[in-house]
Amino acid sequence: MAELKPRSLPEPTPETQHFWDGTRAGEIRLQRCRDCGAIYFPPRPFCPECGSRDVEVFVASGRGSLLSYVINHRPHPSFDGPYAIAVVKLDEGPTLLSNIVDCPQTPDALVLDMPLEVVFAEQNETITLPLFRPANGGAS
Amino acid sequence: MTGVAIVGAAETTELGRIPHLSQIQLHADAALNTLADAGLKPSDIDGVATAGATPTDIVHYLGITPRWVDGTSVGGCSFMLHVRHAVAAILAGQADTVLITHGESGRSGVGRGGYRGGGGSSLAGQFEGPYGGMGPTTMFTIGVLRYMKDYGLTHEQLASVAVVQREWAGRNPRASWRDPITVDDVFASRMIAYPFHKLECCLVTDGGGALILTKAERAGDFPQPPVHILGTGESVETPMVSQMQDLRSSRAFRVAGGEAMRTAGITHSDVDHMMVYDAFAHLPIWGLEDLGFVARGEAGPFIAEGNTRPGGALPLNTNGGGLSYMHSGMYGMYALQESVRQMRGTAPAQVEGAEVSLCLGVGGMFAASGCIVMGTAATA
Repeated sequence: MAELKPRSLPEPTPETQHFWDGTRAGEIRLQRCRDCGAIYFPPRPFCPECGSRDVEVFVASGRGSLLSYVINHRPHPSFDGPYAIAVVKLDEGPTLLSNIVDCPQTPDALVLDMPLEVVFAEQNETITLPLFRPANGGAS
Repeated sequence: MTGVAIVGAAETTELGRIPHLSQIQLHADAALNTLADAGLKPSDIDGVATAGATPTDIVHYLGITPRWVDGTSVGGCSFMLHVRHAVAAILAGQADTVLITHGESGRSGVGRGGYRGGGGSSLAGQFEGPYGGMGPTTMFTIGVLRYMKDYGLTHEQLASVAVVQREWAGRNPRASWRDPITVDDVFASRMIAYPFHKLECCLVTDGGGALILTKAERAGDFPQPPVHILGTGESVETPMVSQMQDLRSSRAFRVAGGEAMRTAGITHSDVDHMMVYDAFAHLPIWGLEDLGFVARGEAGPFIAEGNTRPGGALPLNTNGGGLSYMHSGMYGMYALQESVRQMRGTAPAQVEGAEVSLCLGVGGMFAASGCIVMGTAATA
């Protein structure tokens, strides 16, 4: 197998740094509005629901479910063989894009709404990506 | 009606593989064909709108002195937004005669400029880029399994979108792919990004197109029958498909489509002909449902049962669409061109008696939308 190239990696900005610090520390850090209570993602220092700047960062559960996905069959320099790109719905509400690991990359194994849990994949000394795997024990 | 009409419309002389023309020349070839169609010279144009190039590029290259420009660039539906903005500008007296151009060396890549956004520090670069997306084939398509589970769309129904559009393309000498196909042919084509096979993905070709708009009261001064702009709409939602409010529906489609129908003062039964930008086979399904032509979950069966095919109740994507006609990258211009041909009565697969055409565009991956309702002289 040819050596895989490193993934395209995020370049954190001042508004997103807390999220990427969180993944390095083994946490999914989301934000919540202190005025209207909305929980949102991706990071920004104000609430996209009501516009308030009074927001806080909190540690999410790291649990979610498989909302939708595709299995890419075209060659990618950073991935080996067909692989799924998935939209994960976090238990707290927001969705985020990720990959599903520790699971065959097939329609039979990737069942919509299956419970997932985060795993943290270190890419280098500054970036750790949140990936997801089937949750222990199957059905939630 | 808005009081503004399309009085010039044309595509590039060739479509498909055009390695002997650069991207700016594809704009110019389409623009010159459109000026000839309208009986005008570049010096008659006082407003220019474009995407994929800047208005400055186009104005300089064609020798135009504009007093109004629009460089709105929100992806493949930018030209629908240009039409909407041009209508407003013409009615406000900011321009009399507006030229909208598109050209794209999508296949050959000759003189192709960059309009791609976002590096690793953009939100998409940070929160979508690391996970192996291959552009539209993997990202535009990512909500379809969710839709299939919730609404019962079958793989056969999804494939039938490509089959029906190939039927239209077979009637169009300029279409890239014209041979009839079956659902089994779709399933036998290469898997690109499950559940999408190659024949459920758009072509990648070279080409261009342009439009000229002016006040409808001037329309009698031009050689072609006017195509009236009856209503327009536009909207945008999110640069990240993973952040759509609902993967099964486009908010931008709902807003732009609703606005276009409202301003046109039409209902669904008034629409004789429809175009929905089909970068992938699910787009017409989203478009039909988001604009309320059918209820949620009904568009797949609606298409599979033949309602949008030749002779059907709602002729859709009658040039063959992005799946079979052509797709340069920013396909919206070709959807507009087909609506104009249908309203002029000159389409290769003409819908007899069609008087109102609705043309729905998408930009990015459900990031943006523009919608234009056009009509014949009888509707004005």
